Amino acid sequence: MNNFQYARATDVADAIRLLAADPGAKLIAGGTNLIDLMKENVERPSRLIDISRLPLRKVEETADGSLRIGALVPNSDLAYHPLIEQRYPLLASAILAGASAQLRNMASVGGNLMQRTRCVYFYDTATPCNKRRPSSGCSAMDGLNRNHAILGTSAACIATNPSDMSVALAALGALVHIAGRSGERTIALTDFHRLPGDTPHVDTNLGTSEIITGIELPARGFAQNYSYLKIRDRMSYAFALVSVAAALELEGNAISGARMALGGVAHKPWRSLEAEAALRGQAATPDHFSRAADLLLQGATTRSHNGFKVELARRAIVRTLTQAANATPQSQAHKKIA
Amino acid sequence: MNAYIGTPTSRVDGRAKVTGAAKYAGEFPADGLLHGFVVEATIPCGRIARLDTSAALQVKGVLDVLTHANRPPLADKDEAWRDEVAPEGSPFRPLYDDTVKFNGQPIALVVAEDWETAKFAATLVRVEYEQRGFATDLEGERGKAAEMDKPHKPRGDAAATLAQARVRHEAEYVIPTEHHNPMELYATTAIWDSNGKLTIYDKTQGVQNVHKFLCGVFDKKPDDIRVASPYVGGAFGSGLRPQYQVVLATLGALALKRSVRVVLTRQQMYGLGYRPMTIERVGLGAKSDGTLDAVTHEAIAVTSRYEDFARNDTGWAEQLYSSPNSRFSHKLVHLDVSTPCDMRAPGAASGVCALECAMDELSVALKLDPIELRLKCYSDRDQSENLPYTSKQLRECYARGADAFGWSRRNPAPRSMRDGKELVGWGMATGVWEALQMPVAVRIVLTSNGHAEVSCAASDIGTGTYTIVAQVAADALGLPIENISVRLADSTLPQAPVEGGSWMAASSAHAVLAAAEEVRKELLRLAGKIHGSPLAGAELADTVLTDGSIARASDNRRAVSIADAMRHGGVERIEKEKLNQFGEDKKHARNTHSAVFAEVKVDELLGVIRVTRVVSAIAAGRILNTKTGRSQIMGGVVWGIGMALHEETVMDHRFGRIMNANIAEYHIPVNADVHDIDVIFVDEPDAHINALGIKGLGEIGIVGVPAAIANAVYHATGKRIRRFPITLDKVLD
Ligand SMILES: Cc1cc2nc3c(=O)[nH]c(=O)nc-3n(C[C@H](O)[C@H](O)[C@H](O)COP(=O)(O)OP(=O)(O)OC[C@H]3O[C@@H](n4cnc5c(N)ncnc54)[C@H](O)[C@@H]3O)c2cc1C
Ligand code: SF4
Repeated sequence: MNNFQYARATDVADAIRLLAADPGAKLIAGGTNLIDLMKENVERPSRLIDISRLPLRKVEETADGSLRIGALVPNSDLAYHPLIEQRYPLLASAILAGASAQLRNMASVGGNLMQRTRCVYFYDTATPCNKRRPSSGCSAMDGLNRNHAILGTSAACIATNPSDMSVALAALGALVHIAGRSGERTIALTDFHRLPGDTPHVDTNLGTSEIITGIELPARGFAQNYSYLKIRDRMSYAFALVSVAAALELEGNAISGARMALGGVAHKPWRSLEAEAALRGQAATPDHFSRAADLLLQGATTRSHNGFKVELARRAIVRTLTQAANATPQSQAHKKIA
Repeated sequence: MNAYIGTPTSRVDGRAKVTGAAKYAGEFPADGLLHGFVVEATIPCGRIARLDTSAALQVKGVLDVLTHANRPPLADKDEAWRDEVAPEGSPFRPLYDDTVKFNGQPIALVVAEDWETAKFAATLVRVEYEQRGFATDLEGERGKAAEMDKPHKPRGDAAATLAQARVRHEAEYVIPTEHHNPMELYATTAIWDSNGKLTIYDKTQGVQNVHKFLCGVFDKKPDDIRVASPYVGGAFGSGLRPQYQVVLATLGALALKRSVRVVLTRQQMYGLGYRPMTIERVGLGAKSDGTLDAVTHEAIAVTSRYEDFARNDTGWAEQLYSSPNSRFSHKLVHLDVSTPCDMRAPGAASGVCALECAMDELSVALKLDPIELRLKCYSDRDQSENLPYTSKQLRECYARGADAFGWSRRNPAPRSMRDGKELVGWGMATGVWEALQMPVAVRIVLTSNGHAEVSCAASDIGTGTYTIVAQVAADALGLPIENISVRLADSTLPQAPVEGGSWMAASSAHAVLAAAEEVRKELLRLAGKIHGSPLAGAELADTVLTDGSIARASDNRRAVSIADAMRHGGVERIEKEKLNQFGEDKKHARNTHSAVFAEVKVDELLGVIRVTRVVSAIAAGRILNTKTGRSQIMGGVVWGIGMALHEETVMDHRFGRIMNANIAEYHIPVNADVHDIDVIFVDEPDAHINALGIKGLGEIGIVGVPAAIANAVYHATGKRIRRFPITLDKVLD
């Protein structure tokens, strides 16, 4: 860990000012990801700007029926918030599929969106990694890549985004509220994270002195027919090999609306509008789910150890859509896959 | 008088542990304590060309950076570095010279006023290496495997019989490297006193081993150093040998003449010992009735370039099942890694896993029930030595375990049982471990108020030694357990070996009995002196200590209270120390056994595996404490689940580096992976092994569990996975 300065931001504007004044500065919220990375000397901020006391902890309904969630709402509070449990149970479920109770108590919404990849080379400063040190090479490409991406990869990086929450947010069409020196802006969550391309060191489209102030969920919550299924190497407390967020609107057995997003397979939550469109107007049957899975996984490429992810993802998509259609969502508390 | 022996007595140190009163090695305070942080090598092999500590030394609060170039003297002979349980070879010497032998090797110790400063300054130490060619991949280098042990004596002609066997199974099983990951981090607090003497609080399984080692390495007299380790937060074999942090903390204290603490990080602990990766080839040849004609077992294991660590992987196949022909070999491959070490049931956890998977495969080939097969080749004699066992109730384990599990309802066809979307599989395996015992000395100080202090240098690594020592002492002295205080794990206390090999329960219990007998002898002498004593002329053998008195065994109304005996004798305390040695018995084999039954449920499409039930039936002589004993077995079962499904230390052989050196990425079972565990202790009276009939439970709990689970996975899915751990991608179609 390096030596660093510490400053506590008094308000959002102050945080932006402090960020702009020091290009080496980093915001810190719950610290559950940033501190770990600092201990590994992966992140070496010159200054920590503590935003944990900023008034960004509200969950509020807006006039148009959407929901605003402050960037500092702890993951646990969000998962168990009555409005989330009732209107957006998919989001609650995805959050509870992540990390552990203790971590979720500390972790913030903004920090969760910004958490960095778990690629083992990214964490080990003794190995080359383009994301950590641009142009040093990608050790995972021909190395240990069992956990790595199969969609949207580049020649420079095949890392995945590890967030569960983001997968549900992508499916729900969430927006990210951002404040910066030139005011506030909003971008779709699906445009927030980037594909690695040839700049894998840039995870998101957040500007250097910008701060996430919150997220917004559109009124459609898919609260009847949804499921979040996370497949991992043990039943809890492990990152996803593949995860699926599925949300359906049904009229009888016919699908009138469909959302799907994948985790653990790409540098960002993976959505395909084409796959979702293909489900609309169709009966909720395994065949149609299978077809949608194929579309969602179109263009998948694999490396030496992660080939299994394609078929696993295909099956997980079908299972999750089935759970959603039957209104029997995956429980995050039971010790079994439904 | 068995008020306590054999009962589910709660841990006597439980309260101290849950309240935090129990202090661990890294928690002892000292005036002016300094903190050391280890700088590790980032290459697997070569030498340090330049080590620049100037920037680190400039950090405010840093006192020194110790390296091979500026450290205080260290012994230069291998003998000094070879501890009580060191394997053959030339032990690793931290900060000795400029050579790098493995990735993660300590190459400098930054010592500072506080831990954070030391950790920061450690990042400023600049190292340049001259890297050499290296190899870390066992499978890639298996061609270089060389027979290390003297070859076991073969029986008959295994190769020929195997080739001609009616039914034959031969296969290779791969067990990966695994790390212990005890909850407590490795730590040493070296306390320097003004006369230059050192008190070393160390995380270890053997304080006297560490004491002797430090005296040798630093050329100190026995009285210059005292080593204590009153509580250990798990070790599982990783603390049998002195670990490098104890050398570094001592070096720091000697260099700076101040107290120094070194705590390793979780990541750094992957630079210590580990269960070596093994490739296990098992061959079984049988007649069509299921009796064995031939058993072969060859193990190829990794070790370092500097030591030959080898454990008995194949000996279990050698002794367990009756077969006229057999051949065994154990080969080592030397690689650029640190030396492996013992890890719970070393050799057996891996070797029996391979053997018992192979037995399952043979039972399938024979179309014979797996228990039936094991009964067909059941042996009442240790096959390798052709000796009877002191006791062996394995048959009873099969029967009781099968009954509790419901084995008779098993449909033998793979993929024949299901529960909704899940395939159900039932598998079983045998477990076996040694019942060893070692010389241990115990001191008892009995005071006239009927309280006793029992002390011994043995460690309690979390297994419950404090508790069983208190139980046995309470019964032997005829006192309530509350009147017994136990002191352990201090090098100045009476002699004990490292706590390992499952030998400490039997060894310490009988040492307590021996010392208690000395106390009784003295009480008899004192009581006999009382005018008109009810014990006048009594033989020692006809006396017992009971209810705070010494009494005639034949008539315990004829008794004298401890208080009276001591008052009349004019003594306030009786202090007796006794070394207990077990008589050599070359006429018997000594083992514990188990039958393990596992149920798995495997999601047919997704491959997700759950171990929903385990029944472990254990035959381990008399169980001293059914509560701590059960915990010990449950822990073994959980670890077995990890070995079957989760645990694997992953290395990138291009860098020779462990890439999952933390417990976020190195998976062990979490609560959600653990379901029903049923532990059965089978009655196993043993009149030969020792007076109390105790065998020890430390390791048997894990043996057989991974195989039972792997066999259940086969039964569920029809897929035989021979490369552990069995992750879901391996069972996906
Ligand atoms: C052992 C372990 C297991 C885990 N398992 C999972 C899992 O299974 N699934 C999962 O989804 N997650 C998992 N996590 C990750 C966890 O969800 C994240 O660490 C957490 O969400 C980060 O939130 P935080 O508030 O602590 O972020 P911090 O660590 O405080 O910050 C993380 C990053 O976000 C930036 N940041 C924080 N707030 C803002 C803001 N408002 N605007 C802009 N930037 C900001 C920081 O500058 C920093 O770069 C795991 C973590 C650990 C340690
Ligand atoms: S996949 Fe990305 S994060 Fe991992 S080593 Fe390659 S560049 Fe680094």
